[in-house]
Amino acid sequence: MHTVTRPIIVFLCLCLLLLLLFPVVGSSFYTGLVTKIMILSIFTISLDLLIGFTGLVSFGHAAFFGIGAYLLAILFGNLEQINYWWSLTLTLSLTGVAALLVGWLCIRTSGVYFIMLTLAFAQMFFYFFFESPHFGGDDGIFMLNKPQITLATRQLVDLDNEHHFYYFVLAWLVGVYLFLSMILRAPFGHVLIAIKANEQRVRALGYSTPHYKLVSFVIAGTIAGLAGFLEAAHTNFVTPAYLGWHESGMAIMMVILGGMGTLFGPVIGTFIVVLLQDFLPEFTEHWKLIMGAIIIFVVLFLPNGIAGLIFSISNRFSSRAPGGREG
Amino acid sequence: MEISFYLIQLLNGIQYGFLLFLMASGLTLIFGIMGIINLAHGAFYMIGAYLCYWLTGITGNLFTGILLAIPLSILFGYAVERLAISYLYRRDHLYQVLLTYALILIANELQSIFWGNDVHSVPIPELLRGSIQLTANQAYPVYRLFISGACITLAVAMYWVIQKTRLGMTIRAGASNREMVQALGININWLFAIVFSLGATLAAFAGMLAAPVNSVYPGIGDNILIISFVVVVIGGIGSIKGAFIGALLIGLADTFGKVLLPEMASMVVYALMAAVLFWRPQGLFGKV
Amino acid sequence: MSDQKKPGISRRDIIKGGAAAAGLVTASSLIPTRFAIGNTAKVKVGILLPYTGTYAKLGSNIKDALQLRINEAGGKLGGREVEYINIDSEAAPPKAPELTNKLLKKEQVDFLIGPVHSVVGMAMVKLARNADVIAVIPNAGANGLTGSLCAPNIFRTSFSSYQPGFPGGTAMLEDGHKNVVLMYWNYGFGKETAAAFKESFLAGGGNIVKEIPTPFPKVEFQAYLTEVAALKPDAVFTFYAGGGAVKFVKDYAAAGLHKSIPLYGAGFLTEGVTGAQGEAAEGIRTTLHYADTLDLPANIRFREAFLKTTGNQADVYAVQGYDAGDLLVQGMAAVEGDVRAKAEMIKAMESATIDSPRGKFTFSKAHNPIQDIYLREVVNGQNQVIRTVQKAVEDPAEGCKMG
Repeated sequence: MHTVTRPIIVFLCLCLLLLLLFPVVGSSFYTGLVTKIMILSIFTISLDLLIGFTGLVSFGHAAFFGIGAYLLAILFGNLEQINYWWSLTLTLSLTGVAALLVGWLCIRTSGVYFIMLTLAFAQMFFYFFFESPHFGGDDGIFMLNKPQITLATRQLVDLDNEHHFYYFVLAWLVGVYLFLSMILRAPFGHVLIAIKANEQRVRALGYSTPHYKLVSFVIAGTIAGLAGFLEAAHTNFVTPAYLGWHESGMAIMMVILGGMGTLFGPVIGTFIVVLLQDFLPEFTEHWKLIMGAIIIFVVLFLPNGIAGLIFSISNRFSSRAPGGREG
Repeated sequence: MEISFYLIQLLNGIQYGFLLFLMASGLTLIFGIMGIINLAHGAFYMIGAYLCYWLTGITGNLFTGILLAIPLSILFGYAVERLAISYLYRRDHLYQVLLTYALILIANELQSIFWGNDVHSVPIPELLRGSIQLTANQAYPVYRLFISGACITLAVAMYWVIQKTRLGMTIRAGASNREMVQALGININWLFAIVFSLGATLAAFAGMLAAPVNSVYPGIGDNILIISFVVVVIGGIGSIKGAFIGALLIGLADTFGKVLLPEMASMVVYALMAAVLFWRPQGLFGKV
Repeated sequence: MSDQKKPGISRRDIIKGGAAAAGLVTASSLIPTRFAIGNTAKVKVGILLPYTGTYAKLGSNIKDALQLRINEAGGKLGGREVEYINIDSEAAPPKAPELTNKLLKKEQVDFLIGPVHSVVGMAMVKLARNADVIAVIPNAGANGLTGSLCAPNIFRTSFSSYQPGFPGGTAMLEDGHKNVVLMYWNYGFGKETAAAFKESFLAGGGNIVKEIPTPFPKVEFQAYLTEVAALKPDAVFTFYAGGGAVKFVKDYAAAGLHKSIPLYGAGFLTEGVTGAQGEAAEGIRTTLHYADTLDLPANIRFREAFLKTTGNQADVYAVQGYDAGDLLVQGMAAVEGDVRAKAEMIKAMESATIDSPRGKFTFSKAHNPIQDIYLREVVNGQNQVIRTVQKAVEDPAEGCKMG
């Protein structure tokens, strides 16, 4: 794992400041777009926990994003009033159970089999929602209302207000980031990172590696479910396409482009990919050609992603000013 | 339903299985020998279908179309291996997934640029246009039997090449011990280039054979990709025999799933895969 | 095309005109309309259609025909120049809210045209019905778009899935088919079409031998066809479209079923794909609000013009795009280009008569076309009109509280 040096912390704080100020200057459209990007960032950060830290390449992570979104829509979509605390708790715990089941079956395998098995389970969930007559099929589900965040009958945040929603998501993004960096700094995180480096050795040291991997899988799945919950609340709309393998593929792309194993890298990657998707189609209808070329470029020449670049720049700074700490 | 109904369904399932085998065999070969996850396999299928449509249109005959399309597919596979895949051999699976995913995006756009977005058909040659009457009102097209025949021939040929020829021995050796093959003075880069072009051509060939039945339209490769992965994983990665059995299993499960469990038709094959892997995590014929 | 004369910001122009021209065009479009004076500002027409993937052909035909109609009217709407803003919907539901918002909030379009895909349509209409825009749907057929989601500023120039489906049942009974197998792609549009078919077919005394929903968008039909052969119905009614329609029709013929069991369907089964289906399509009967061979002056004129400008044969999708263009022309003429007069414009559009290539039609209270549905049969690769099954079919607009 990389060392989070002081320049990086300064950089991250600057980014946070920019995000805090953005709605003041940004138009309504871009405020909405950045909200969506931050939601997706929560999703890709959770994937980074698997890919970048535990060494589990999941090609079906979008399934948990979709399950989170669907749970909110199925359980609460028809209600006039949605209690935020209830809906969040229920959605996250059920997504966690789904992740536990899938993870329990998948972590028995490794390498290519793991990739393929996660993909197959994601497809299974996809078809479950796609063909189910009860959950809207390919039409998806439209929700009537957004969850209401109240505490003792006082409304804390008004999710119908797009600025409120923006800051609400930003708070979640920061929270998820801090939560994950905390557990990665704890002994648990060190075991995960060691598993990625050399699972045999960790097992030889007496750790039950499958348990660690499973816990990591469940945490990642649950956070993905949180992102799905937020997206469903944002657009009031869920569709089976959320669970599709293209979404999983794009998520991997975001993690790698941003820089895996860094937690903040995926956020950068998500911003770049979504903004490219917004921007490229204005130039050519064959914009996916450019997208493909960019991905190939990243794979061949930028395997550590943007964060890798940032680290090498920051290392140049910090070699003069020691004081980095283990992150 | 009468017994003949189930017999015909059995035939349908086996026939679908053969076509899946053609797709999966190339995939499992590339998987097993080169250790490459090739998501672009469906793109090769699509390219095969479009080449077949294009060249059959020019030459006026399916067979000459396929004969011309095969060397083009080999060349194309070779170019992709040299220009992209060859940089991935020592890299994590993650990068293979990503790069071959990018190849899908590019291939789909190139298809749209070169051949447009229409649905096209490929005519079946006069010779194979007939059909065999099975029941009072159902016939079985000769062309579908021809596909099955071609698949069986190819399966036998692959078995022979891999078990009996020098190239096959090298491939088998390369699959089990890469360093040893290199130590024996065999150019592993060459071997990989051959295997990849071969695998890509198998996918393209599947696309060509199926083109007259399926027609040719944008996105045709995406649908068949995932199901081929399921076949490979069930059979055991790298095992041609596994791919054959896996393809037949999936073909039958899909067909009878549709008949017996119509509400869950699409989930049946994935459930089958989960069950197999639960019992044998390395697939039916995979090495541990 | 008048694109050369009037610099709109269509993507194609940018490619053609090169970087320098593109710079100029984008720069000029950056000046907010509110600084422009009254009627000299361009009318912004946002187009959300798929240009990539399975529906790409539909998207480009609709867009071309829409622009053809506006160009025929001098390239102007209500005397004002037009600026087109094209967005590729990719027919991808997850992106639909974002892309719709891009047109509504960022580009602040006056008109929103789209989409092809029904689910994208639902997401789009949800946002558009509360926005200061007039939306015209040139294809997406989900009943709900002019049903429970109907709104004064939402119009549709295509059809609801009810419209080709309901007369299908009538047509089959008229043709003497009482015992029918119903097959369709198991997704929103397929299900709605099947439901509408059943409504008229069962009411008329028909019997559904078996209902076979098949997984969308899969094209492995062999197992189902064997089932159809074993069931021996009088005929089969289907809903398939695009690549699936080609595969289905060819498989049906290859299994020899076309000789003993006549095949019927909602019109999309043989729309724009008869070339690929070849002989297998011969004799198939379908119900739709249009046929290429309709012997109407408007249709002949339109088909010639479309072929001349695009080099492609027109199809039902092009017709729907053309009529969307006509609706804009009429609406803007009524208010002389003043887009702020929304209420007045909506009134004019509601009462408009569209002289469509499909035949003249008007709008229902829910803003869906009230149109004739034809029974067509494929003869020599062309859909020939056999008869008009039902005149002035109006969608029941279930759940619409308007009007």
